[in-house]
Amino acid sequence: MKKRIIALLLAATMLVSLTACGTKKDAEKDTTEGTTTEETTGEDTTAEDTTEKVDFSVGMVTDTGGVNDQSFNQSAWEGLQNLQKNTGADISYLESTQETDYAPNLDKQVDEGKNLIWGIGFAMADAIITAAETNPDVNFAIIDNAYETTPANVTGVMFRAQEPSFVVGYIAGLTSKTGKVGFVGGMKGNIIDQFEYGYRAGVDYAAKELGKEITVDVQYAESFSDSAKGKAIATKMFSSDCDIVFHAAGGVGVGVIEAAKEAGKFAIGVDRDQAYLAPENVLTSALKLVNVAVELVSTEALNGTQIGGQTYNYGLAEDAVGIPEENPNMDPAIYDKAMEVEQLIKDGTIVPPYNADTYGK
Amino acid sequence: MDIKKDYAVQMRAITKKFGSFTALDQVDIDIKKGSIHAILGENGAGKSTLMNVLYGLYQAEEGEIYLEGEKVNIKNPNIAISHGIGMVHQHFMLVDNFTVTQNIILGNEVVSGAGVLNMTKAHEQIKDIVKKYGLEVDPDAKIEDISVGMQQRVEILKALYRGAEVLILDEPTAVLTPQEISELIKIMHNLAKDGKTIIIITHKLKEIKESADVCTIIRRGKYIDTVTVSEVSEEDLAEMMVGHAVKLVVDKTEADPKEVIFEIKDLVVQNERKLDAVKNLNLKIRKGEIVGIAGIDGNGQKELIEAITCLTKSKSGTIKINGKEIQNTTPRNVINHKVATIHEDRQKRGLVLNFTVAENMIIENYGKEPYSKKGFLNKKAMYENAKGLIKDYDIRPDNCEGLLVRGLSGGNQQKVIIAREVTNEPDLLIAVQPTRGLDVGAIEYVHKTLIRERDKGKAILLVSFELDEVMNVSDTVAVIYDGTIVETFKQGTVDENTIGLLMAGGAADGKNS
Amino acid sequence: MEKIVNLLKKQITSTIIAILCGFIVVAILLTLTGYSPFEAFGILFNGIFSKPKYISQVIIKATPIILTGISVAFAFKVGLFNIGAEGQYIMGTIAATVAGILFDFPPVLQIPVVVLSGVCAGGIYGAIVGFLKAKYGIHEVITSIMLNWIAFYLGNFVVNTQRFHQPDSTGTYIINESGFTMFLYGWKRSEEGKAFLMEHPVLLDVILKTDVNFGIVFAIIVAVAVAILLKKTTKGYELRSVGFNKDAAEFAGIDVKKNILHAMLIAGAVAGLAGALTITGMSPHKISTMGTFENYGFNGMSVALIAGSSPIGCIFAGLLFAGLLYGGGSLQSAIGAPSEIINIMIGTIVFFVALTKIVPVLADKLVKRGEKHAR
Repeated sequence: MKKRIIALLLAATMLVSLTACGTKKDAEKDTTEGTTTEETTGEDTTAEDTTEKVDFSVGMVTDTGGVNDQSFNQSAWEGLQNLQKNTGADISYLESTQETDYAPNLDKQVDEGKNLIWGIGFAMADAIITAAETNPDVNFAIIDNAYETTPANVTGVMFRAQEPSFVVGYIAGLTSKTGKVGFVGGMKGNIIDQFEYGYRAGVDYAAKELGKEITVDVQYAESFSDSAKGKAIATKMFSSDCDIVFHAAGGVGVGVIEAAKEAGKFAIGVDRDQAYLAPENVLTSALKLVNVAVELVSTEALNGTQIGGQTYNYGLAEDAVGIPEENPNMDPAIYDKAMEVEQLIKDGTIVPPYNADTYGK
Repeated sequence: MDIKKDYAVQMRAITKKFGSFTALDQVDIDIKKGSIHAILGENGAGKSTLMNVLYGLYQAEEGEIYLEGEKVNIKNPNIAISHGIGMVHQHFMLVDNFTVTQNIILGNEVVSGAGVLNMTKAHEQIKDIVKKYGLEVDPDAKIEDISVGMQQRVEILKALYRGAEVLILDEPTAVLTPQEISELIKIMHNLAKDGKTIIIITHKLKEIKESADVCTIIRRGKYIDTVTVSEVSEEDLAEMMVGHAVKLVVDKTEADPKEVIFEIKDLVVQNERKLDAVKNLNLKIRKGEIVGIAGIDGNGQKELIEAITCLTKSKSGTIKINGKEIQNTTPRNVINHKVATIHEDRQKRGLVLNFTVAENMIIENYGKEPYSKKGFLNKKAMYENAKGLIKDYDIRPDNCEGLLVRGLSGGNQQKVIIAREVTNEPDLLIAVQPTRGLDVGAIEYVHKTLIRERDKGKAILLVSFELDEVMNVSDTVAVIYDGTIVETFKQGTVDENTIGLLMAGGAADGKNS
Repeated sequence: MEKIVNLLKKQITSTIIAILCGFIVVAILLTLTGYSPFEAFGILFNGIFSKPKYISQVIIKATPIILTGISVAFAFKVGLFNIGAEGQYIMGTIAATVAGILFDFPPVLQIPVVVLSGVCAGGIYGAIVGFLKAKYGIHEVITSIMLNWIAFYLGNFVVNTQRFHQPDSTGTYIINESGFTMFLYGWKRSEEGKAFLMEHPVLLDVILKTDVNFGIVFAIIVAVAVAILLKKTTKGYELRSVGFNKDAAEFAGIDVKKNILHAMLIAGAVAGLAGALTITGMSPHKISTMGTFENYGFNGMSVALIAGSSPIGCIFAGLLFAGLLYGGGSLQSAIGAPSEIINIMIGTIVFFVALTKIVPVLADKLVKRGEKHAR
């Protein structure tokens, strides 16, 4: 009897949590509706309106963050949606909830006859290689990964994330009143190093310009999704005099921004314009426009360009990274200065560092 | 009988079914205003069901209820209360850590203004009732601190406080000492004198003789008869209740006790609250003897049995069987020393209700040959064992070895336990409340079995809260009070009153702890 | 016998009704949101049955949850609620990964070593819960929840240790190939294997394109073994008696505490096995830092519930569950319905299964009340 009751209770909680998950995601969708439109249902009509439907289909497989991760999965999906709008290509996504889903999901996309399949995130690097080996006639592309030897049907897409990081570091340096800024990373590695050292260098550049010392407090959350941890770290940073914290930590960053909101200080978003999360407290964002890259690469493939066997490297010059145009919390003078710095990077006058070795040179 | 105004309650052709089981079948009853009316029946006869229909806890499929000649429709207890019907259940429904007053007014609070309790007014109202009927009780005591008898008074007060004119008492004496019972009867008479109508549900013949004016007998859901109590004997009532002539006294020959086989010395056991519940208890049992422990529930019986069976630790003292100490070992060790126990709570301790009869029969021996072979259960041996016992002990239904014990009646469940424990060939058989909840036929069977085992030369320890049972079955009566054996008598040398007094702590005024 | 069959029938019928209810609720939901339920269900079934490969994928996906389901169901039979299957599963994956990376024996030795490390880790983890319950009476649900998180963070910790972390990734190194339990792993990757498979497209699909592995064999063996243990053995008698009525078991001389410990040990070992087999049998053959639980253990709870705590039933419930998850993934790409719809369906099924269990309880109560008051 008691057992049964417990079982029922648990069943009920499970149910609630399942639905809770659902509603949470829905809510997230609502909040993002301003910036994105999920047009999967109306795909045919929009496609017909603008362009003729082409016989090209692109699929993507998310990592375990899911398609509404407010980060690169979502951005990649937006890129595909844009692709559809502009070219009429057929698009779809499959969500992974467990790591073991990667291979089956990629396989399923192959079965659906996709011409190009995107794997979003370097966690899928191995799965992409295996899928590419077994399906030599299908093209695969992966965000944030460069292989040492890239198979002929695989395309790697990398970003020079140090460039926007440098810019936001510069902005942070100019904006900071306390002379202390923070950085919250997900997990130490080549990718996040680009953000960290680009940011550090940008702050240094500003410090030199202002002729004062600005310290950067760097911490890692050892996670890309534990937003509570992000919040804890950022709250601590804010309470120890940092007034601006930049994060490069995926879902962890949501917590960082929350902390900024509660502390009434500034956070700098990453990957996409995260101002919608806290309009008053997001200073700017270091954009890594996965959507732009996804669309660019997909369009090339659609046009028949051989994209396989290489790694694309996108930066400011390709407009695949940058900062948002609208920054209501930023001093317009600083924005103008930042634009100047951006131009210097584009010119090659400034070469932001991307790891510990290149930093300080 | 016609519907008349001077009858407090008249019920006509009441039929109540639970699924396919007919609990009440066209039952009529007429209860005169100001009378004490007993409803007599065996367990499961339907007497409580009938009163629950009156109180609105159950809805009858058929039948009508008249109160003082008016037809009423009692859909729930609130309606019953508004009609002046009160009920005191067998299990009290009181909040333990509330005071008497708080419990009485609970659900019927006197408020002044915006929901503020007016305790002073409540106090006075209660005091009036207490004085009027001699229901002496301390209105500020907490329920957990007062005796069961007092708690019952609180229940009665609660009903009266809500304006009850008809008071239903469900098995009111089950938990009381003889002294408390006589006080209760006094209170009942007081109430009746004041014009209240009392209905008592019981299967105790003696109390009916002592208290009731009229008695209605119900058997298997059917109305049997209504008699004026003063005109019939206890034997007549018993016969009407059971349906055939019964012997109220157990047949047995003189005991022939041999050497002492079981001995408890200076035993101290603590209860769950870490208080000494058994205090320096001494007891000896000889082969071929039934020792009955008489006492009111809560005087250390539970702790004593738990200590003997090693469910709980003894603080000090020794328990010896065949000269070997068994205290503070394991239940398994006690069983291995040939002690078998029929636990008072057969559904909690005695049986695994979701096991089959056959599985239950081997619960102490499942690990032994022939039931276990190389770690696997031998289903054949298990079922053969069960079949034999079912036949020997007349467990119904026939061939029930593969059925879940849950589906058996209480009496047959008890037989499963008795069959199992007796076949273990124990040197000491402990029977705690072995007839609780059983009907007269089953009780007789249990008593006979105990005596038969005694005659085989076993030592038997009987613990019961029914003084009659202890007096009838035992060869030696040991009275337990406050965790110790206060006196031991050879059966037949003393009368019930003396033992009743000792059970209550020896205080002549009847006020026990 | 007839009665037992009838009872069995009843259980299965009510489960099937619950499953149908799940479909109906989802059909209503789909209709309301403007999708055709028939089309959706068509896609769902196509996604499961239209190719041998899909069926194979479902079986692969089902393997771990069948095992965690058995873990939960087994503990439940002993009266314990193993909400800790998740943590035990994680411990299984951690131990198997660590062993798989550290050692590199020939497969005959490597596979047992890797799998057994996972089993032991899960078993010990379960035993901790059992020990705390038996010794100090701490409720297993509370300790399990705590231990789930400990396992979770321990996993993340191991991933980030120098020895195991694969640079520039979120995970550890992949375990040594000698520990892989995929079917014909070496052969299917060899040149002649590939050549052979290219000529046999069905086999190519099933063998090369999926992680077909021996896990399901283990899962079935475990299901049968657990069923036999519970029903046919003396130990099972003890465990069940403790599960049904530990007071009576204690009174009859059965060591309740020992049995609780054993039950949790076994339950944990089974969940640990699930974890180990995931590592050896399925890519990516490693653990990664987790942001949330991957829900293998929690899904096991649903599986056990749908299976009515029958170990054999867990096989089918696990397959159903995996089928819905796998086939449901196609819903988005095919008609654009959000993939959450599948979670709703699973939730509804679990809910209705639980509901069908209320009915007998209610009936029971009614009868009991009747008995009590009839006195």
